This record gives sequence, structure tokens and C-alpha cells, in this order.
Amino acid sequence: MSAQEPAGREPAGREPAAPRPAGASSPPARRRRLPRSTLARSLGLALAGALALFVASELLGSYQDLQLASGTYYFIVLAGLTMLTGLSGQISLGHGALMAVGAYTVALLVGNEHWALVPALAAATAVGAAVGVAVGAAASRLRGPYLAGATLALAIGLPALAEKYAGTFGGANGLVIDPPAVPAGLGASFPLERWEAWIAGAGALVVVFVLNNLARSGVGRSLRAVRDDEIAASLCGLHVGGVQTLAFVVSAACAGLGGGMLAVVLQLAAPGAFQLGLSLSLLTAIVLGGLGSQLGAIWGAAVLVLLPTWTEHLAHSFSLSQQVSANLPLAIYGAVLIGAMLVWPSGIQGALRRICALVRRSLFDSKELASPKTSG
Amino acid sequence: MRATRLRAACGGCALVMAALAVAGCGSSGGGASAPGVTATSITFGTHQPLTGPAAPGYSEIAPASQAYFDYVNAHGGVYGRKIHLIIKNDEYNPTNTVSVVHELVLKDDVFGIFEGLGTPTHTKVVGFLNSSKVPDMFVASGCPCWDKGAEQPYTFGWQPNYTIEGKVLGQYLKQHFAGKKVGVFYQDDDFGNGGLAGIRDELPASQIVSTQSYQPGTTNVAPEISAIKSSGAEVLVDFTVPIYTALGQLTSYTLGYKPQLVVSNVGIDPTTVGGLLKTYSKGKAGTELIEGAITDGYIPASSDTSNPWIALFRKVKDEYDKGAPFDGNVEYGMATAYTLVQALELAGKELTREKLVDVVEEKGHELTGPGLVPFRYSKSEHGGYAGVEMGQVRGGKIVLFGGPMVTEPTAGSPITPYTGTQPSPPSGGVPSP
Amino acid sequence: MTRFIDLTLNGVSTGAVYAAVALALVMIWRATRIVNFAQGGMLMITTFVASDVIGSTGSYWLGFFVALACGLVLGALVERLLVRRVEGGPPLNAVIVALGLLILLEAVAGMIWGNTPRSFPPAFSIRGYEVGGTRLLFAPNDTFTVLVVLGVAVALWLLFRFTDLGLRMRASALAPEVARLLGVRVGRMLTLGWALAALVGSLAGVLVAPSVFVGPSQFDPVLIFGFTAAVLGGLDSPPGAVVGGVVLGLVLSYVSGYEGASLVTLAALVVLVAVLMVRPGGLFSTKRERRV
Repeated sequence: MSAQEPAGREPAGREPAAPRPAGASSPPARRRRLPRSTLARSLGLALAGALALFVASELLGSYQDLQLASGTYYFIVLAGLTMLTGLSGQISLGHGALMAVGAYTVALLVGNEHWALVPALAAATAVGAAVGVAVGAAASRLRGPYLAGATLALAIGLPALAEKYAGTFGGANGLVIDPPAVPAGLGASFPLERWEAWIAGAGALVVVFVLNNLARSGVGRSLRAVRDDEIAASLCGLHVGGVQTLAFVVSAACAGLGGGMLAVVLQLAAPGAFQLGLSLSLLTAIVLGGLGSQLGAIWGAAVLVLLPTWTEHLAHSFSLSQQVSANLPLAIYGAVLIGAMLVWPSGIQGALRRICALVRRSLFDSKELASPKTSG
Repeated sequence: MRATRLRAACGGCALVMAALAVAGCGSSGGGASAPGVTATSITFGTHQPLTGPAAPGYSEIAPASQAYFDYVNAHGGVYGRKIHLIIKNDEYNPTNTVSVVHELVLKDDVFGIFEGLGTPTHTKVVGFLNSSKVPDMFVASGCPCWDKGAEQPYTFGWQPNYTIEGKVLGQYLKQHFAGKKVGVFYQDDDFGNGGLAGIRDELPASQIVSTQSYQPGTTNVAPEISAIKSSGAEVLVDFTVPIYTALGQLTSYTLGYKPQLVVSNVGIDPTTVGGLLKTYSKGKAGTELIEGAITDGYIPASSDTSNPWIALFRKVKDEYDKGAPFDGNVEYGMATAYTLVQALELAGKELTREKLVDVVEEKGHELTGPGLVPFRYSKSEHGGYAGVEMGQVRGGKIVLFGGPMVTEPTAGSPITPYTGTQPSPPSGGVPSP
Repeated sequence: MTRFIDLTLNGVSTGAVYAAVALALVMIWRATRIVNFAQGGMLMITTFVASDVIGSTGSYWLGFFVALACGLVLGALVERLLVRRVEGGPPLNAVIVALGLLILLEAVAGMIWGNTPRSFPPAFSIRGYEVGGTRLLFAPNDTFTVLVVLGVAVALWLLFRFTDLGLRMRASALAPEVARLLGVRVGRMLTLGWALAALVGSLAGVLVAPSVFVGPSQFDPVLIFGFTAAVLGGLDSPPGAVVGGVVLGLVLSYVSGYEGASLVTLAALVVLVAVLMVRPGGLFSTKRERRV
């Protein structure tokens, strides 16, 4: 009962179906100046993001600051994951476990060893990257659903370590750490949640800067080459396994940092926070937001944080029986996922890009826009 | 370049707009001295697993409390104030617990948190609630970790903690099953580990021949039960929630293994367990598999229709919580709600967060109600009920016997009988100040 | 020794259920190249329906066959309405649709039937066989489960190998354009593939329900381990699904029995990674050619 794969029917996840990231097509004349303008662009994006975050955190109340902080650490993880899946074409259902690695690292270092915040977060990133080396090396041998299955097993298996070695990791209850101390210079009444949003924001800006440069660099081009056609890429001299492992390492580092931020913002690391549902939510968030782009990661993070709140409010605005109103938010979430994939296959970012293109076409001269249509 | 600038500008604008939209969705935090209290209402919040693998059974508790509050509100409320309970779903995920409790305190301006359910979940918000000076009343968990009056002055437990229960069960085993081999099947968290610690405190180590734990969320516990059977245990102690009590009994039935069953009060409710076992064998009742099981209780058995408290709670349920069965979870929710109403009455008309906490510390140990034992409330102890009474499943219902016993959760402290009697419910069903 | 025998028997009976779920996943993968994460939700719904039928009529077998029929219908509906729309697009989109459907089905089940799990009758007795004075951890109902799953696997093999219909279905999956040219109704074959797979899934649901209880989230572990078994055996191989299911069931049973329950998911991870490192396409994978 064996079957031979006809050419063109690749297993899931390996088809070059992801839309190209924003700004990938530059006019030929600028190629010589690309490195410098990439740096400037990345810095510009980072500064713009910093300003937006600062303004937002000042305008929002304490609870919304907490949501902003949550969205920001999700963004950190999603930025890495969307690079892995969009640019490198590897599907991962296990990034929740990698977040757990980062969270427990921070919880152990800050709680038990009393490390300062920044070294602990750096350690979380490093430990995440280290785990990413092992996972990535294994993952580079796998494709499509087999990679999905292996990473899913990682998602359910790795947090079990916390229960097995309950003495160190706190078992089912996990670990609790003290809230990060707000610097005295900011004043006594500076809300803790806003400080947490700033911490998370700083990490996010570093990630934006690094990943933006990465995507436009030679490494980024290698990733895309391997994603699009492995054999052609290896004929060009690229070491396929190495490139794929590198992608995993970078995304695992992001996940470790994001998990460490989670531990700082929520002051916890517990197995119940890193179940399979988290990994699946991360994957749906990057696809919903728009695969392969960092803006897509922002939309995905916003969906992750805001959608549950909105659906809860919606469910409680009708007077329904307890049974129905408790399950309605999830039903809406499932329906939204299905609907969004049917209506906007390229995610929110793809839909926005199409809208922007429509706007551009109507605002500017059509001659200027003779360039190829975007693949969004 | 123009296209990219446009995109970056779009992105930045969108981010700020999203942030403003989020800001517009809710109110800013309140600054009143007694938030959540007006002349006509008191608002509490709670976090519960309403969906997900932890929902079975537990999802009935908060609606039952709400039903009792509705009953009290219909009879004039507390000093003319109606009690509202905002129930939020955290799906037993600590990340969600932190989020919803912050939302309750910072956005919904609740007066306090009531009946927060679960140890892995609630331990993540205890620090925040205490540092924000928000009353954290009657946590729905038997972890000894709520019993820290000095470090966590705003947090109060309610049910007897797992160590107390384990000790009383262990003492019963020591007295009535001396020399018999004991196996323990327990949930791998503070509930199971706490109960096991209590058992180990009372029984000699040589008597406990096998301890097998299970992870909540698994569906196959046959290897664990098989291991206990292989060890030759004649007594099987279950620190399990109802689903796993039932699963354990199914495997025991397959193996023809019939030890004396001893089950924690958390996992023995015959309505729930019997319902899960209803169809195990044609023509047999589900409760047959747990007939004769030894257990304990600290409030009257939910099947004891002769008890006036059960009659009262049944009446409240029939009127305000129609969809639910009347089982141990519903009774738990109403009994806890009763205690909260008592505390609010004691605190007086001028209600502040400090007053509520102080009154429970000072007068909580005198409170009587549906409980069979007194509370352990003082400045240093915030534990909850002080003991349990032994019980047994007879004819598919729990029958309590032997009189209630109280103890402290410290190793080696004595277990003494409690001679006070359970009072009748107040005539209107609502406690008076 | 009894302990080892008991654990082996337990591994076989739980493994048979994982094998059934794996079979359903393999069938859908072979037909439409999609991993159907919603399988767990679909079989949960059909089992709830069966539970209602059994509760109101008292007949187990009526409920059993109603569950299978519902599975057929549900599989066909999902393929027609949802899968058709995402088949040609990016493969991840199909994954997201499947996940969304899973969440939706679990929530809808919670709304209709509530979150409290309920009991489900076994087809036959669950009293273990008595051998030499002790009862084994294997009962007539477990024999029924294993035989039914084996029977279904054989029936599917016969269908695909020896019948015209099976040939048409295989052609529609491997070379749809060519099949269309040869007069095969490709769309109908795909729908049939999904319907049959959902039927196998419903069968798994009814077989496992007595020992996991029927509730919106009760079948999640079965789906996860079924998917792991399918990957372990090779997503293109139905015998791989069966072998993968039994191997996984045995490994998890031994680990749970000898090492403790906390290591079970870790054991699944280790076994899967170990097999995939040696054979990246699963146990029964075949070498693939690629035209460059």
C-alpha cells in the first residue's frame, strides 16, 4: 500500500505558500545601500514602536497596562514563531514548551538565586536558545506533519518535567516570584503594571530590531531559499540542516525571552500555564495575524489578548444560562478562526495589505504602480 | 520607500488605535475607600474553571453561591445591600487567573474576591490581593497555604485543609485497620500530597505498602490501580476527584479487586461518582462500586434530606439554580455563601475592606452554621473548618457517624472530639447579625 | 509477572483505541493531505449523540450504529463545507480551520450537553477474564475493542486494495487531475474519504467512551495520543497507524506502571523522537523520489 509522492504534492508546511514579508521587494537601484538602510529602517521601526508603547502605556489604566504587557510578551514569542514558520517554513506546535523553559529559568534565577531582572531575562533567552539547538537539530530532519507531531509531543512532554522534579520546579503549583521592583526614580505611585509593560516593551523592541535585520540579511535569504526549494538551496551551497536549526534557535530564543517576560509580568511559572492549548494558540495567532511578517505578529498578539476579553463581554451581555454563557466565548473563538481562514487566507496583515493597495491605487497615479501585484 | 513608510505609519497608528480601543473598553480604576460597595450593593468577584478538564463538578459551585446570594437579596439583602457575584472563567490556567483577578480588582472594582477556586491558580494571585489589600474570602481549596494570618492577612480558607482530613482519616485507619496493608491512590498536586502527608503522620511507614499518583488530565489509571493490587493492599485510600475515584473503581472492578475503600470528601459525592458509574454494568447501580466506602464530611451529607440545612439549600436551589443537580458541589457553594453573608452581617452597616477582614479574625471562630465543626479563625490562623466527621456510603448515600473531630494541621498535634452541636438554620434562611 | 501481563494487556486495549483514531487521521491525510485536528471534536459529538440515543431508547447497539451514521454525515459535511474551501490554499490554513473546528465543537457540546461528564455503557462486560485464580486487566469488552479495530483496519485494506471504489479514492488523492480525466468524480471521492474516516473516528469514540466518560474535553488525550501514534507509524500507512497505536499504548502503559504517571507524556515524546530520528517519515514510511 505504498504511495509515491508525485512532484508538486509536498507535505504540509513545506509549500512556498507564505506571503512575502512586508517590504521584501526593493527597487533594484537601492540594492547597494541595502545593509545601511536596513539598519536605519530597523532602528526607525524600533523607535516608532517605543514611542507608540510609551504613549499607550501612559494613556491606559492599570489593567490595560497589564494587557499591554501580556500582548507584548506574546508578540516577542510570535515574532520568532512567525519567522520560523513563515520565513523558514517549519511548523512548530511546541513553542509553549519553549516559553515554559524561559519562564522557569527566570523564576528560578530571580526567586531562588535573587538575580537581577536583565541578567535573568538574558539567561532565559540563552537557555531557550540552547534548548532550541537540540530541538532544531532534531527538527531539521523532519518535515511537515512529522515535525508538527514531534513538536506537539514536546509541548505535552516538556512541562511534565516540572511535575516530575517537583522539588526544584514546584510541581503542579509551580513557582511564584516577587513582582519586579519599580525603580525609585519613577516615583512611589508609579503603577507596577506600567513598569511591567515597559520591561516587556524593551524586550520587544530588541526583538523587533534583531529579527528585522535578520529577515533582510543573508541569513534571511538563506532561510527563504531553503523554505522554497531545499534541493536547489543545497546545490547552491547552503547547509540545509544548519540553516533550519539556526531558524529554530532564533525562534526558541524569542520564545525563551517571551516566557521569561511572562514570568516577570505575571510573577509565576506553573505547568498549568504552558499546556498544549498555549502552543496551539500561538500557531493560530501567527496565521490569523499574517504569516511571516512582524506586523502580523502584532495583530496576532492583539487577538490573543483582546479576543478572550471581548468574547467574554459579548457572552455576558445576553442573559443566557450558565452553561451557554460559559462556553460561548470559546464557540465564538472557534468560529472566528474558521471564518478568518475562509475569508482572509493571508490573515489580518494580508487583508490590510490588500486594503492599503486599494487605497494606494486610488490615491496615486496608476502608472507608478506598474510593479507586480503583491502576493497578499 | 514610500510604500514602506506608509506601512510603518499604518502599523504605528494601528497600534496606538488598538491601545486606545482597549482603553475605551473599560473604566479606569476606582479610587473609593470602599470600592465595590454602594448604599444598595456589594460586589464580589471569583475565578472558576467553568470550562475545560477541571470544570466537571467545580463549575457548579459559584452558580450555587450566586443562587444563595439571590435568595438573600430577595429577602432584603445585607443591611439593604444586594450581593452581586461576578464569576469569571479561568479554565484552571494560572495565566488566566492572574488576568481575570486583575480585571476584577482594577477594572470591575470589586469589594473582594470570594471562593477563588484551585491551588495552582489561586496561589498566583494571593500576593497581588494582599498587597492591594483586597479581601480574599474563603478560598475554594484545602491547601494549608491560605492559613498564614501574619503574611497573608487578607486571605482566608474555608474548607478543612487536606492535612487535617488526612490526619483524621489516618487515625481512623490506625484504630480500625491496624496491621492491614494500605495503598494510597492520589492526585499529584497539593490535594493528594497533603492528604498523603496526613496519612503518613498517623500510620506507621510499614503499613503503607504502595502509593501511586496520577496526573489530572490523564484518562488511563489502570496501571496505577494494578500496581496497588499487586502490592496486596487490603485498604485503598483515594485522594482523588470524582472522575478518578470512578476510573479507579472501574479498574478495580475489572481486576476483581475489592479492598476497603477510603475516599476523601472531595471525591466521594455519591451523586457525582454514581452518575459516572451509572452504566458500568447492566442492571447495577453506579453507587454499588463505592458502597461501604469510608469517607468524611464537615457539612451535612447532601443526600441527608432530614437535615434542615439540606432542606433550606434544596429550596434555594429549586428556586434560583434550577438547572443544577443537588450534589456536594452545590451544597459547598451555598454553605460558603452562607458564611460570607454571616461575615458581612457581623461587619456592620459601615462596611470597609478592613472591617470585614478584622471581623472574621475576631469573631470568625464563633460562627455557626451548616458546619459540623467550628472554624479556625484568629489573627494568626486563617484556616477554615477545624476538622471533619467520619462517614460511610450506605445504601448509596453518605451517613456520618462517630461525632466530629478537630485538630491542627501540624504534625503530631492531637485529634480531639468536638462536642458542640449543629444549630438549626435561622427562620428566614438568612443569618441575622 | 502478573503485573507485566496486566500492563501489556492494558497497553494493547488502550493502544487499539489510539490505533482507531490514528487510522481516521491517516485516511484523511491520504485523501486530502490535511491533519484533521478536529477528529477529537467530531468523535466527541457523535458519542454524545449515541449517549442520548442509548439513554432514551435503552438499546446500546442502536446508539452504536447511530454514532457511526452521524460520523459519516459529519465527515461528509465538514469536507463539503469547510475543507473544500481551504484545500488549495496554504496548508497551515487547513490546520487552523481544523483547530477552530475542534474548539467550536467542544464549546457547542458544552452548551448543549453541559460540562459534566457522563457515563457510557460498554458493549460487553468489563469484568476481567479469570485465569488461574486471578483476574486479568482484560475483559470481554477489550476483546471486542481490539477485534473491531483490527477488523476495520483489514476492511479498509481490502477496500483500498481490491475494490474499484478504493482505487478511485486512491487515484483522487494522488493524482486528482489525471483521475478527473479518467472519469473519476474526485470531489465525491474526497467527501467519501472524509466520511469514512469520520466513521472510523466515531467508532473509536464509542469504544473508548466507557473508560474515559463522555464530556467535551474528555477525548482530548485520546486525540493527542492518536495523532502521536499516526505520526509514529507514518501518516501514509494504515498498518503503520495500527502498529503505532499499539506500540504507543504499550510504551505508555509500561512507563505508567513501572515509573509513574508523571513521566507518561515525556515517554511519548522520547519514543516519538527516537523513532522519527531513525525514520523521519514514521515507522512504515517509504522512500520518496523527487523530481527536481
